[in-house]
Amino acid sequence: MSSTFDQIANIIAETCDIPRDTIKPESHAIDDLGIDSLDFLDIAFAIDKAFGIKMPLEKWTQEVNDGKATTEQYFVLKNLADRIDELVAAKNAGAGAAT
Amino acid sequence: MQLDYFQLIDRIVDLNLEAKTITVEAQVPEKHTIFEGHFPGFPIMPGVLLTEAMAQSSGWLILGVLKFERMPFLAIVKEAKMRGFVSPGQLLTIEAKLEHEGSGFAVTKAKGRVGKELKCSAEITFGLAPFPDPSFRTFMDAMANKIGFPLQAVAQ
Repeated sequence: MSSTFDQIANIIAETCDIPRDTIKPESHAIDDLGIDSLDFLDIAFAIDKAFGIKMPLEKWTQEVNDGKATTEQYFVLKNLADRIDELVAAKNAGAGAAT
Repeated sequence: MQLDYFQLIDRIVDLNLEAKTITVEAQVPEKHTIFEGHFPGFPIMPGVLLTEAMAQSSGWLILGVLKFERMPFLAIVKEAKMRGFVSPGQLLTIEAKLEHEGSGFAVTKAKGRVGKELKCSAEITFGLAPFPDPSFRTFMDAMANKIGFPLQAVAQ
């Protein structure tokens, strides 16, 4: 089973037509890969679908705008992978609690 | 349709907030200057207008799902397929389904038919934003009444 990062990188490569081998865990989606907000909508849709989650993009954006978080926390891909793993774990914990 | 006002749909036939689907009707006018140029002697609905009709249908669905709290703005059109000609005077029936409600965006799939014949389809993504102006919201309420939007469904 591929890692969360690999799945994200594959989605970005396919959605934005970026060579897969240029997408690294340290890549910043905006600063390094040049992904704009519209392309990120497409990526968010694909990630939401692939992982069965709803990435809280608006909350993250608000936190960055308010100075409570940096873009690196959410848009450096290894960090994004960690955030996604947290969301998946929270979803699974919620599902377990409901049963 | 009131093409001069870019109002592409006439009435909402069905809105199912549980299934997150909508069905609307759009009567293509018999005559319009658009058909004089598109095309002389062979008038058909431009594909961009069919796409807009699917987007507006999807937009009303999203407004219903979001209880008019935010406005959907067209962002991405994928897999837009014009599968057959739509002619002046034909009644277009459009069905849309909400595929995904993300954080600040929503994705629908829409299909337009004349009778049973599929004429167009697309996957459409919208950005969701607060109404930028109170008068805009008032206008949308008036439009909702005009096209038979079941406002009682979103009041629940």
